[in-house]
Amino acid sequence: MKSLEELKAIRNKMQGQVGLRAEDSNQTRVVVGMATCGIASGARPVLNALSGLVQEKGLTGKVAVTQTGCIGLCQYEPIVEVMEPGKSKITYIKMNPDKAAEIVERHLIGGHVVEEYTLNSADIK
Amino acid sequence: MYRSHVLVCGGTGCTSSGSQQIMEALKAEIEKVGLQDEVSVVQTGCHGLCALGPIMIIYPDASFYSMVKVEDIPEIVSEHLLKGRVVTRLLYQETVTQAGVKALIDTDFYKKQHRIALRNCGVINPEVIEEYIGTGGYAALGKVLTEMTPDDVIKCLTDSGLRGRGGGGFPTGLKWKLARQNDADQKYVCCNADEGDPGAFMDRSVLEGDPHAVLEAMAIAGYAIGANQGYIYVRAEYPIAVERLKIAISQAREMELLGKDIFGTGFDFDIDLRLGAGAFVCGEETALMHSIEGNRGEPKPRPPFPAQKGLFDKPTILNNVETYANIPQIILNGAEWFASMGTEKSKGTKVFALGGKIHNTGLVEIPMGTTLREVIEEIGGGIPNGKKFKAAQTGGPSGGCIPFEHFDIPIDYDNLIAIGSMMGSGGLIVMDEDDCMVDIAKFFLEFTVEESCGKCTPCRVGTKRMLEILTKITKGQATMEDLDKLEELCYYIKENSACGLGQTAPNPVLSTLRYFRDEYEAHVKEKRCPAGVCKALLSYHINADKCRGCTLCARNCPNNAINGSVRNPHIIDQEKCIKCGACMEKCKFGAIYKQ
Repeated sequence: MKSLEELKAIRNKMQGQVGLRAEDSNQTRVVVGMATCGIASGARPVLNALSGLVQEKGLTGKVAVTQTGCIGLCQYEPIVEVMEPGKSKITYIKMNPDKAAEIVERHLIGGHVVEEYTLNSADIK
Repeated sequence: MYRSHVLVCGGTGCTSSGSQQIMEALKAEIEKVGLQDEVSVVQTGCHGLCALGPIMIIYPDASFYSMVKVEDIPEIVSEHLLKGRVVTRLLYQETVTQAGVKALIDTDFYKKQHRIALRNCGVINPEVIEEYIGTGGYAALGKVLTEMTPDDVIKCLTDSGLRGRGGGGFPTGLKWKLARQNDADQKYVCCNADEGDPGAFMDRSVLEGDPHAVLEAMAIAGYAIGANQGYIYVRAEYPIAVERLKIAISQAREMELLGKDIFGTGFDFDIDLRLGAGAFVCGEETALMHSIEGNRGEPKPRPPFPAQKGLFDKPTILNNVETYANIPQIILNGAEWFASMGTEKSKGTKVFALGGKIHNTGLVEIPMGTTLREVIEEIGGGIPNGKKFKAAQTGGPSGGCIPFEHFDIPIDYDNLIAIGSMMGSGGLIVMDEDDCMVDIAKFFLEFTVEESCGKCTPCRVGTKRMLEILTKITKGQATMEDLDKLEELCYYIKENSACGLGQTAPNPVLSTLRYFRDEYEAHVKEKRCPAGVCKALLSYHINADKCRGCTLCARNCPNNAINGSVRNPHIIDQEKCIKCGACMEKCKFGAIYKQ
């Protein structure tokens, strides 16, 4: 290795991946519903899109993408919950990989809740 | 990009409890359900909780599974990886609370730990250099080569207060400074990985879990003292450590982080391995260097010190594995950061290998100044079976024991010396009321007699005489004069031996004499072993009132030493009894006792 830049390049490339193993209670948790209902309505591509983007954007130190079981709102799957420390939980419904990308961009990076995809905006009777 | 990483411990502890088979089963199962592009399986170094191995951690959830078996793998894969449901029954029970699963860093075992030397152990794959770089690896070397002069590096280490973690506690900055001051056409940087204290295994774990940290620190040392060749002297009995070091060195060479013109700064440095054949004395610096040179591993008198005339008669520094593992972090975070931890004269953290009568056998890294009570009761989880703490042995065959009266002593170099023990490499063996202190001293003397290289008389002959007296004591054949002679011999050997091995060999005897003289005297005067360990002083008896005559003991006695008929009290024939204790273990009525 002939320069510090080379080292930095490897570091940046790896940081996202190794950062996945951070343990920090101040992390934002992004949880994807992966029960049968979730998987059937396409949660897996959503999970992979979220996880991939978080690593690509170097957010792994701050954001953990995990999965969970059925929360009972099967008709709204795939469901993604975003839990930021000290804030109330945001529940996104009927996700797909494109919407997931928007969440990463606007919510996780930009800090603005994407209202139109949330459970609150849906008409629950 | 993987969404989940499954870390499987590949340290020696977990490997021997079957982690390799678990890795294979896991990979096969993941492939079976088609998750191989989403989930990555990573082999790591030691997590420290060796008693609960094999250990597996699944990120990003950080679920900590302990004592995993191959049969559990399909469940983990289908439940956790596929459906995202944590397999609670396999979680480390400490993390399971009524309120849900708590983070590993909040458990008693990890809460008080502060991991610097072990920071990457159990986190990265030690066989992939990119993972080390991803956690900031080789950035310290880069910083040193491009921004700091050798004097800056030495000043940083001096200011940090780092002292040798191999046991002696010599200030590392000073050691480097002395070597730097000596002009020579060739200097050497050596790493002492000849860990030999019974019960200590932190150096092995660092080499297995984070070998690049040691390589990086050695290159930094080379730059600081003006050396371009390093040697790691590692025991051949550490096959996993040797293998991972070989991989690490070849990867570092491939990336030109070892070799010529590192980072284009014109600095050359390379490292070679030398395998030791397992002689304890080769942990002594001059003996170690003799061994690297290809000679018999025997110490030589100092001065000249290695900083003047060491390996191949050239100025040499020798540091321990754990010392090196701290250095890149000190360079990156600064001397003040390191000096802010610990006590006045002992900075930073120390890794201890917990062993003996303790719940959480394993590896812990604590700030200097943590009390023995915190280490044993909180981190170590206390003593099993409700037994009472008697003493903790530190420093292996060169150290001594810490009795209950010093249970609240803050652990650092100087405090341990003051109470007649020493830090040593960090083995911490916990003993309870069932351990005989004379027997413990005898155990360590057997070790030093075996390991004495034989070069100087006080050590070669003296330790042998000491062992003979100790054997007499445990057999109940000693007199009070023997006890005095033993003590006198201790001081003589300490003062006259040529190297550290002999100079410290009497320590286990001296410290047990200091705190447990009554136990010695009970052996000598009353011919009695208070802990009930020394067989020659024991006899087994049957309480006729409690004995129901079930014959179970008689049937289990390997030497047919128990007589009696059904439903009548039995009797042990003392002539025939070999004191194995099998009868006592089997008796359902508690009728058998020893005295």
